[in-house]
Amino acid sequence: MIQIHNLDVHLGSGKVTVHAVRNVSFTVKEGESFGLVGESGSGKSTVLRVISGLYQNRSGEIKIDGEVQGGRKGIEFYKKLQMVFQDPYASLHPRHTVDQALTEPLQIHKLDQVEKRIRTALKSVGLGLNFRFRYPHQLSGGQRQRVAIARAMILEPRILLLDEPTSALDVSVQAEVLNLLTKLRIEHNLTYILVSHNLAVVAYMCEKIAVMNQGKIVENLSKEQIIKSQAAEPYTQQLLAASKGYDRETARQLLQFD
Amino acid sequence: MSSIRQITEMTYPLLKIENLNVEFRNHAGNSTQAVRDVSFALGQERLGIVGESGSGKSTVGRAILSLIPPSGKIKAEKIALNGVDLQKLSELEMRKIRGNKISMIMQDPKHALNPVMRVGDQIAEAFRLHNNISHSKAKQKVFDILKDVQIRDPERVYRAYPHELSGGMGQRVMIAMMLIPDPNLLIADEPTSALDVTVQMQILAIIDDLVKEKGMGLIFISHDLNLMASFCDRVLIMYAGRIVEECRASELAQAKHPYTKGLLACLPMVENSDQKLTTLNRDPAWLE
Amino acid sequence: MMTEKAFYGWRAWLLAETPESALQARLSRFYLSWLSFKRNPLAVIGLLIVVFLVLIALFAPWLSHHLPTEQNLADRLQSPSSTYWLGTDELGRDIYSRIIHGSKITLYIIFLVAVIVVPLGLFVGTTAGYFGGIIDKILMRITDIFMAFPRLILALAFVAVMGPSIENAVIAITITSWPPYARIARAETITIRHSEFILAVQQQGASAWRILFKHIVPMCTSSVIVRLTLDMAGVILIAAGLGFLGLGAQPPSPEWGLMISQGRQYLLDQWWVSTIPGIAIFIVSLGFNLLGDGLRDVLDPTNN
Repeated sequence: MIQIHNLDVHLGSGKVTVHAVRNVSFTVKEGESFGLVGESGSGKSTVLRVISGLYQNRSGEIKIDGEVQGGRKGIEFYKKLQMVFQDPYASLHPRHTVDQALTEPLQIHKLDQVEKRIRTALKSVGLGLNFRFRYPHQLSGGQRQRVAIARAMILEPRILLLDEPTSALDVSVQAEVLNLLTKLRIEHNLTYILVSHNLAVVAYMCEKIAVMNQGKIVENLSKEQIIKSQAAEPYTQQLLAASKGYDRETARQLLQFD
Repeated sequence: MSSIRQITEMTYPLLKIENLNVEFRNHAGNSTQAVRDVSFALGQERLGIVGESGSGKSTVGRAILSLIPPSGKIKAEKIALNGVDLQKLSELEMRKIRGNKISMIMQDPKHALNPVMRVGDQIAEAFRLHNNISHSKAKQKVFDILKDVQIRDPERVYRAYPHELSGGMGQRVMIAMMLIPDPNLLIADEPTSALDVTVQMQILAIIDDLVKEKGMGLIFISHDLNLMASFCDRVLIMYAGRIVEECRASELAQAKHPYTKGLLACLPMVENSDQKLTTLNRDPAWLE
Repeated sequence: MMTEKAFYGWRAWLLAETPESALQARLSRFYLSWLSFKRNPLAVIGLLIVVFLVLIALFAPWLSHHLPTEQNLADRLQSPSSTYWLGTDELGRDIYSRIIHGSKITLYIIFLVAVIVVPLGLFVGTTAGYFGGIIDKILMRITDIFMAFPRLILALAFVAVMGPSIENAVIAITITSWPPYARIARAETITIRHSEFILAVQQQGASAWRILFKHIVPMCTSSVIVRLTLDMAGVILIAAGLGFLGLGAQPPSPEWGLMISQGRQYLLDQWWVSTIPGIAIFIVSLGFNLLGDGLRDVLDPTNN
């Protein structure tokens, strides 16, 4: 479904350029959930944003559903691929109600049966119809993220790009949202690319995982390999150890790396 | 100030809170109880206060230092540091406590540091606020504390501005600034939540070492239950303003309150990632 | 008039936690802003003054006692009395009636300026801020050029060329007033240009114009409205100044600035001829200032 080949991205311009993504390649099959995990500055979010069409300044090949992606995106592209952003407090327009947020993509793509689609979308993310005319500031973080997911799903895409979808949420809310995402994926046979710094979240949600560091893919793992801590690269082992909680010995070793 | 001198003499328990209540009122006259009947004692140990957003954990930390905005009211039977009731102190006396006997580290160092002042000068200023020493002696003390927080290049960092530092570096500077006056108690409010996991480990190691070395009490406020369980000695779990569980960190798995058990169950753990995530069922009874 | 039950019914509807329609949601938000606004007594005073101005202008024919141009030379320069509430001027015209009719002119000027300046400023500012690059540079240089002109001097030059009239005075004011709005709109646009809610709607395939009009402009309206109300105070003064210099409204128009000018020679003995229009200008100007301050407190996005 998605094939990335030798992707290279430079961010910034002139004197202040950063080689954010270096020669990244991976493939995601239809219906699969692929995870990109890494710390800040690893380039994982950049990869996602390049796939979504945000950055044009890149080299390498991106193939989505068999089509090579060029510069300009037609409107059909946005029906196929949608993104859920990290910050639920920033991804909804503050002056638009939930209803307006959901109607907007329908109007852009001139879809019919607006009323029915909105109701279905709200129901599919577990929000009652009484949320329809609220403003974002009247919703909790988890509710906002559900609206963001409903908004992404309302165009019936084949691919969802998830950029740290639960990092800003409380742990208990995170569990609900992650379960919702899994349910939607199975129901609609969606393809996911999930980006997160949280190894446990990625391990839950994804079958195949790539670990990124400083723009490069350091290692590719499967879910089983992560569960069994079968990491070959030292960086991956470091991430695995750190995800288990604080341990004085691990921390002391990390201090040496400084 | 005799009460200040009293605080310097260490007595056990270091901090005693009895029935702390914090209420916020907004213009419309609606009030919210952010903290309800919170009581605990702290010795020379590491105490974690864990809760989700809205649990009141940060408010507890700020109430100890009397740093609540005017719309909030603090009511407690006792907030005692080394036996001295902090509620009875005037604002002037309280200022001698803040940053001196009790220090607080917050989440984002970039928000807590003055962007137009060099970092070294800020730390020095923080020290000279409470100690009457010369500029050069203060500078030397700053270099010492920067080395204590594992900064290899103290001269460069001294001259740097906050925006020139990375997240982890900025947080070390914050820690340096807060620990330079040798406080009795350190309150850390989500100090590592904005940092990468590996940097987080480094910062925790630094806090760990310094707290042990200087014999301070530490209150660590966080939403990360896993982290608290592995870093702290004791843990308090808060929900809707109340403490619902109090136990030793090592015994967290045997927690009794359904909220704690629910929270533990819904944490994603790498080892269990082939199973479905359990969700938390909120019982309205917990709000009582 | 309204029964107690009906009143509380309305209030509950407006404050409902879960609005059931788009209209209810919008009215609810407006009502909450109003409640917040009401808490500031000075702001309410400002609002009342502005409302008062509008009402006077609307009901001018019924409120005034005489025609504004009706001369009664036998009664010239009379001090305020029961017949002539605010006295008469040098041509025996009733000052009270002239003030009332003059309010229409004041309102006319304000309205024209607002209606031109706001859309123009928003358009230029959001376009420049959103597209950036060379479009931004060109638009901002144009803005700078207009901003460099001192208002009164440009007005003088313009009116000297085009001839004095209210409309030309308004155009002159507008030409120099719009740049700050473009700057405000541009600054707001740049702030939110990379926000995730803008990215999200780009991700849906929205065209640039749709994004500008439906998503970016609504975020700029608060700052622009605040600026507008505060500006109005200045606009009134400039219009009055132009009127005073004879460059705006022409006699016998009851424009307040013109009234001050015509009454100057009688200032010492018949002070009311100049002073009363001056007080009117002061009150309206003050009203807009207070209203603008109050709106700023309420519309500041951090309040929500």
